[in-house]
Amino acid sequence: MTSQTLNQTNDQLTAPGNGISIRERMKRDLSHQWKSAKKHKVQYLFLAPYLIIFILFTVVPVVLSIGLGFTDFNVLEPPDFVGLQNYFRLFLDDKIFIKSLANTIMFAVVTGPIGYMIALLMAWLMNELPKSLRVIITVLLYAPSLTGGMTVIFKIFFSSDATGYLNAMLLKWGLINDPIKYLENPDYIVPIVIFVVLWGSLGTQFLSFIAGLQGVDRQYYDAGAIDGIRNRWQELWFITLPLIKPQLLFGAVISITGSFGIGSIITGLTGTISTDYSAHTLVLHLQDYGTTRFEMGYASAIATLLFLVMVGSNIVVHKLLEKVGE
Amino acid sequence: MKRGIFKKRISRSVGGDITLLIFLLFFVAVMMLPLVYAVNMSLKPANELWLFPPKFFAINPTFKNYIELFRLISDSLVPISRYIFNTFLITIAGTGGHIILASMAAYSLSKYRFPGSVLVFKMIRTSLMFSGAVLAVPNYLVMSALGLIDSYLSIIIPAFGSTLGLFLMKQFMDQMIPDELLRSAEIDGASDWVKFWKIVMPIVKPAWLTLMIFSVNSLWNKGATPYIYTESKKTLFYALSQITSGGLARAGVGAAISIIMIAFPLLVFIVSQSNIIETMATSGMKE
Repeated sequence: MTSQTLNQTNDQLTAPGNGISIRERMKRDLSHQWKSAKKHKVQYLFLAPYLIIFILFTVVPVVLSIGLGFTDFNVLEPPDFVGLQNYFRLFLDDKIFIKSLANTIMFAVVTGPIGYMIALLMAWLMNELPKSLRVIITVLLYAPSLTGGMTVIFKIFFSSDATGYLNAMLLKWGLINDPIKYLENPDYIVPIVIFVVLWGSLGTQFLSFIAGLQGVDRQYYDAGAIDGIRNRWQELWFITLPLIKPQLLFGAVISITGSFGIGSIITGLTGTISTDYSAHTLVLHLQDYGTTRFEMGYASAIATLLFLVMVGSNIVVHKLLEKVGE
Repeated sequence: MKRGIFKKRISRSVGGDITLLIFLLFFVAVMMLPLVYAVNMSLKPANELWLFPPKFFAINPTFKNYIELFRLISDSLVPISRYIFNTFLITIAGTGGHIILASMAAYSLSKYRFPGSVLVFKMIRTSLMFSGAVLAVPNYLVMSALGLIDSYLSIIIPAFGSTLGLFLMKQFMDQMIPDELLRSAEIDGASDWVKFWKIVMPIVKPAWLTLMIFSVNSLWNKGATPYIYTESKKTLFYALSQITSGGLARAGVGAAISIIMIAFPLLVFIVSQSNIIETMATSGMKE
């Protein structure tokens, strides 16, 4: 394209319908925005304290980290810019990365939707209970999430020697002759990890769903009954879920960060690295490079990729949730 | 069946109610297992900890583990009361500040459209998805640039700006605050602060009570951070986990610690849950 045509497109391209050039419109737009910004001074004031802290402690570190993904950085010496080399290395040279990418997606696809459904279903059922019973059952269900080391009991339950509960039981009943190495055998590790993750799914989403259901006005249900809602499933789909859509979206993001970020549960069960990397995930891979090998540049590249995967799946999930209640 | 366990509605069948209740109770039993296990472990005398075949329940329950824990605590160089103070300070300041700042920001983002509002919210929501594991080095740089190293503020101030809370509060304000309500308050001459503090915050009480649980739980269980190195500024969780690092011989004491650590968050949780449901009972209508 010659410079002349370029100029033309810039200056004389007019918006269809009205005869104003784009530059003119942009000017108007800007002045409009400026007016709106001045009008909302108070809103900026309300936002500012939080936003400043958020920028300092989240945006700046994240941006720095994405930048480090293009460098070779061992924490001790200043980072060396290497362009896309970390990313080439990941896809061409790092078999464990490919394995952990596949594992991460597999864990997320299995545990994300199921865990989300469990949390939603349980919150909805709790909402049917009378007040006092509801408080008691909510407390009983969530209390285990308050203790940090829940994986410990599963480690003992599935322990590989004869003192593990599962092995002890099976031995006693004569179903097996030798203790099974549940946490060393790749065939068992993956299902056990999935089981423990699902067990722990009554967390953040669960409580936000419960609180969200509290905000639903009872009148809608009466109105729904008149409009011909016949059973609790119809009521759930056509009335309840659309009314708690903001919480559904919140829960989806939490589910995505949780199910793509599975890591500490696996190390809790199998130790730092599972047999043959059978349950290795991206989070564990980046921790391995970041904290053990001090290859911060490489670890940051993994984090950036994981981030992109999550953002992508969030877009998909968002589209799906738009269909709720239709 | 007027006085059934479940609120009677046309869309409900008795059979369905009973099935659901049984299902719920079964689920509760499964979920409670680890907690019951931890309580039992903390009550087991040393010779029962590693029995074969393993016994789930303590045969001769004893408080020895708790007594041993208190003995170990009283030996520590920095008095335990100091660790407890630190943890309370961090938890209360961090949670209070976070709820107020995040709610103020959420109010702006949820109820007004102004230049940058959509972008800021998208940025906050998206940032939740970045793995924290690689942020240690950049975070350290920011902390030291701001001179926060080795101060309580290195935990408290980042807690103020935590992303989860803003996202949660904004979603609830989207759901629970009708625009007309704010408009009519404006006509009555309410200032922005009055609208926020007297109208919005009481309505979204279930939301900030829920947020309080998340925040208290995460701050209460804060362990060692790379930003604090003075022993007397460290947290209770850090102090107690030093004790468990004694290995297998201290498994019983470790279980006692996890029971003691859960007490405060559990209390906060029970109080907040009963209030969430109370809110519904007293101010159940909108507008």
